[in-house]
Amino acid sequence: MKTEYKIIANIIEKNSNVLDVGCDDGTLMEFLKINKNTNIRGIEISKEKVQICIAKGLTVIEGNAEFDLKQFPNYSFDYVVLGQTLQAFINPEVVIKELLRVGKKAIVTIPNFGHWKVRLNLLSKGTMPITNSLPHSWYNTPNIHMCTIKDFVKFSEIIGFKIFKSLALRNKNISDINNSNLFIKNLFGELGIFLIGK
Amino acid sequence: MNTKDNIKKLIIEKPLKLDCGQTINNFPLAYETYGSLNENKDNAILVFHALTGDQFVTGTNPITKKDGWWSYAVGPNKSIDTNKYFVICANVLGGCMGSFGPSHENPKTKMIYGTDFPVITINDMVNAQVNLLDFFGIKKLFSVVGGSMGGMQVLQFVSNFPNKAKTAIPIACTSSHSAQNIAFNELGRQAIAADHNWLDGKYTSKNTVPDKGLAVARMAAHITYLSKKGLQEKFGRKLQERDDLKFGFDADFQIESYLRYQGSVFVDRFDANSYLYITRAMDYFDLIKQFNGNLSNAFQNTKTKFFVISFTSDWLYPTQENKDIVIALNAIGANVGFVEIESDKGHDSFLLDVPDFLKALKNFLDKSFTEKI
Repeated sequence: MKTEYKIIANIIEKNSNVLDVGCDDGTLMEFLKINKNTNIRGIEISKEKVQICIAKGLTVIEGNAEFDLKQFPNYSFDYVVLGQTLQAFINPEVVIKELLRVGKKAIVTIPNFGHWKVRLNLLSKGTMPITNSLPHSWYNTPNIHMCTIKDFVKFSEIIGFKIFKSLALRNKNISDINNSNLFIKNLFGELGIFLIGK
Repeated sequence: MNTKDNIKKLIIEKPLKLDCGQTINNFPLAYETYGSLNENKDNAILVFHALTGDQFVTGTNPITKKDGWWSYAVGPNKSIDTNKYFVICANVLGGCMGSFGPSHENPKTKMIYGTDFPVITINDMVNAQVNLLDFFGIKKLFSVVGGSMGGMQVLQFVSNFPNKAKTAIPIACTSSHSAQNIAFNELGRQAIAADHNWLDGKYTSKNTVPDKGLAVARMAAHITYLSKKGLQEKFGRKLQERDDLKFGFDADFQIESYLRYQGSVFVDRFDANSYLYITRAMDYFDLIKQFNGNLSNAFQNTKTKFFVISFTSDWLYPTQENKDIVIALNAIGANVGFVEIESDKGHDSFLLDVPDFLKALKNFLDKSFTEKI
C-alpha cells in the first residue's frame, strides 16, 4: 500500500467515523475498515471505481465532492480524508470549508508544486513542468489549482483553519514540517500531508 | 383463469386497515418462492414487483408460459443467487395474479368488485406482504429489493418496519410520484375508461374486456420505459415488412408495429381494473408528504444498509430523484451507497441484460451477506 495511505491510517484513531472523499478504488477505505475498525464511507466520481468499491463491500456514493458534500450534516464524521484531489477542484476554498463543516477534522494531502524538480523543470525548460507525480500537459491536466506546501500553510492562515499536524513525504520517508524547516520541506517534499481542523 | 387456482396463496386472516379507511381481512396474497430458506432463516430476500409484474420473478411463468420478469437478475448463480438466497415475491394487493384485487368477487354483491374495490396504496401493499415473514418464520429479511414501483415498496417497507431488513435496494424509483409520472398514469387510465367495453369497470359481468384501451395504456407507458436513444438505435425510421411508405395508417414503421405488439400481448395477461388500481397506488405514493416534508424522517430509526441504483437514460425516475433518497439517508447518517449505471435502455434497464447493473447488484448482496450490520 502507498506510504501516503499508511501515514493517513496512522493519524486516524480506531473506531472513528470516516469519509473518504475521492476514495478511488477503496484501498484506503478497506485498510481503515479492517485495521482501524472505522465506520467508513466514500465518495467517488468514477463509475468504474465505484463498482470496484462495491465489489469490496464498501459503502460508496457515486458523486462529485464539489457538489455532493452538502448533503452531509455538520460534523457527521470524525475525519474527512481528501487525498491529492484538492488541486483538481474548481473551487478548493469551498471544498476545504465543506470538509471542515462535515468533518471534525480533515486530512488533506497535496502534491507539492514547490518540489525542486518542478521548479527546475520550469526554470530550465520554460514550459509547464511534467514530472513523475505530475505527468499531464498543461492543457489536459485535471490539476487546475496546483499549490505548494508553503502555499497550503499560508492558505490555512487566510481561510482561518488550524493545522494540527503537517508531514512531508520524500522517497517514502516521512518528516514533520515546522516553521523553521518549511523552506527545505517545500523544496524536497513530494507530498504534503496535513491534519486540519477549525 | 382456472390455472390461477394452483397459485400459492397465503390467506391473511388478520384485519388490515387500508389507507382509504376500509378494513379488509381473510384476503388472499398470492406468492412464489425460489431457492430455500436456510436454518438460521437469515437468507431471505423479499422482491417487490413493478406495475405490471407478478410473483413469478424467474423461471417460466406458469400462467403466461414466458420467462419471469426478472430472469436476468434472479436465479441460480445470478445476481440474486437462488442457490444462496431464499427469494420471496408476492403479487401486490390490487393485482391480477391471484392476490386480492378488483377481479375478485365481492361477497356482498356476488359480483366482481371492479371499481368497488377499495383504493390501494403502496403502504397497504407492504403492510399486506409483511405477513409473509410471519408465515415463513423470518424475523429479519436479508434484503428487500425492487425496481420502479418495487423500489417504492422497498422504501415504504423499511420505513414501516425499520428492523425487518438487513439491506435494502431501491432501484430506479422515487420517494414521491412526480406530476409527469401522474400524467402518464392518467393517460393510461383515461385510455381504459375511453374504451366502450370498460363499462365503468363492470366488463367481466358482460363477458367483455376493454382490450383496446388497455393496449393503448400499455403502449403509452411502454414509451416511457425506453429512452429516445434506445428507440432510435433499435428502430430508427425502419419500415415494417415493406419497402416504402403506404400512405395510410397501417403500421408503416417498425416502432408502430412493435408498440402494437406490446399492447396486444399485454391485454392477454393483465386486468384493466388492476391497471387502474395499481397506477393509482403509484400516484398516491409520496413518502415525503407522509413524513411532513422531510424524507429523512421516514428512515430515522433504521439500521438497514441501503444501496440505491439509478440509470443514466431513465427519464421516468431520473437519477436526481434517486439521489434525493440518498441525500435524505445521508442527512441522518444512514448507511447508504449509490451508483448510477450507464445504460441507454431507459427505465427498463433494471429488467434487462445490463451487465454493470447486474454486477453491482450481485457484489452488493454477496458482500453484505457475510457482513455484520
